[in-house]
Amino acid sequence: MASSAEEIKAHLKIYYMVFGALAVLTVVTVAVARLEVSIGMAVAIAMFIACIKGSLVACYFMHLISERGMIFWILIICVLFFFVLLLLPVITQFEPAHSGLVEAV
Amino acid sequence: MSDVAIPHDMEPHPLTGMYNGKFGIWLFLASEVMLFGALFSTYVLLRVGAPEGTWPMYGQEITTGNQILNVSLAFVNTLVLITSSVTMVLSWAALKMNNFAKGRMFLFITFALAGVFLVIKFFEYKGKFTHHQVVLKEPLGVDGEKVITSKTDKGERKIAVVNGHAENFGTWEEDGYLLIHSDPTESHDHSHELKIEADKIKRATRWGPNASTFLATYFTLTGLHGIHVIGGMVVILYFVLTGASDWKKRPEKYINRIECTGLYWHFVDLVWIFLFPVLYLL
Repeated sequence: MASSAEEIKAHLKIYYMVFGALAVLTVVTVAVARLEVSIGMAVAIAMFIACIKGSLVACYFMHLISERGMIFWILIICVLFFFVLLLLPVITQFEPAHSGLVEAV
Repeated sequence: MSDVAIPHDMEPHPLTGMYNGKFGIWLFLASEVMLFGALFSTYVLLRVGAPEGTWPMYGQEITTGNQILNVSLAFVNTLVLITSSVTMVLSWAALKMNNFAKGRMFLFITFALAGVFLVIKFFEYKGKFTHHQVVLKEPLGVDGEKVITSKTDKGERKIAVVNGHAENFGTWEEDGYLLIHSDPTESHDHSHELKIEADKIKRATRWGPNASTFLATYFTLTGLHGIHVIGGMVVILYFVLTGASDWKKRPEKYINRIECTGLYWHFVDLVWIFLFPVLYLL
């Protein structure tokens, strides 16, 4: 992490640039949502932009880019379990025997 | 007692690479990811399981075309929250450059922007709770009704819906009528008193959390996020008010506290970055 006043000054420019990028990406999110695309594609685009914005916030505002060590392992495990949580609904829909019956009909 | 120094409360711990307070707030945020993750997961389950045509798209009811959520307000709120994240990090940077007055000013701006976010949210919520919607069994015989033909895979279907805005939704009269006093608005069907036979009504509701699964999801997610904003505001205000004495005693400690507050605040911003498209735009 930056410690000296000079280093912080250099970081200020980055903060303003990230702010600009976040504002532009917010406009892009709204603009893209108005496009006539399939719902799957719309979700993919919206989540992709949200992930970029989230990464910018985490890396620069939360200084994650300059952290070292154990925190990454904790966050990797956290993200892993987050995706497990998101996959839970998909797992509940998974019924191989049932889908076989549907195909037979 | 007060002279006992707590190890690694200022300098990085060799194992974690950061001072204890910061490590603690990161662990807390990891648990917060799980909290919101569970709710996002529930959202996915409810949305995927919703019958076709019943889940609003772009915050808009598919059958009636009514705009449930106000995208413009949410868009402004997104910008407000992003700006508050910047002022938060600018506050930390100013303190790091030994400028307390500027640091506290940015901290106060962050607090004020959080307030703006909540005020906008209040008007959004108010719009929902004062909106009433009456769905009729048959598209017949009510003054001010709107008959809508919706097309689904199963064919065409006509429905009649009465929408309006009023502080008081309406009263069920003893003779079997629903009496609605509606305030005039540009976007809604009627601006007068309306009497509808109770047995003609399929459903009469405000746009509260119990109106639909979508609105229940909306209020749960944005409500929990709103509570986080309020929590952040309390902490930020505390550091604005007590900052001067803290800064005098141990400036480095104060900077660390602001950094930890900032980490939480950026997380609140990060959650909104995902909530905005998920609820309003998809």
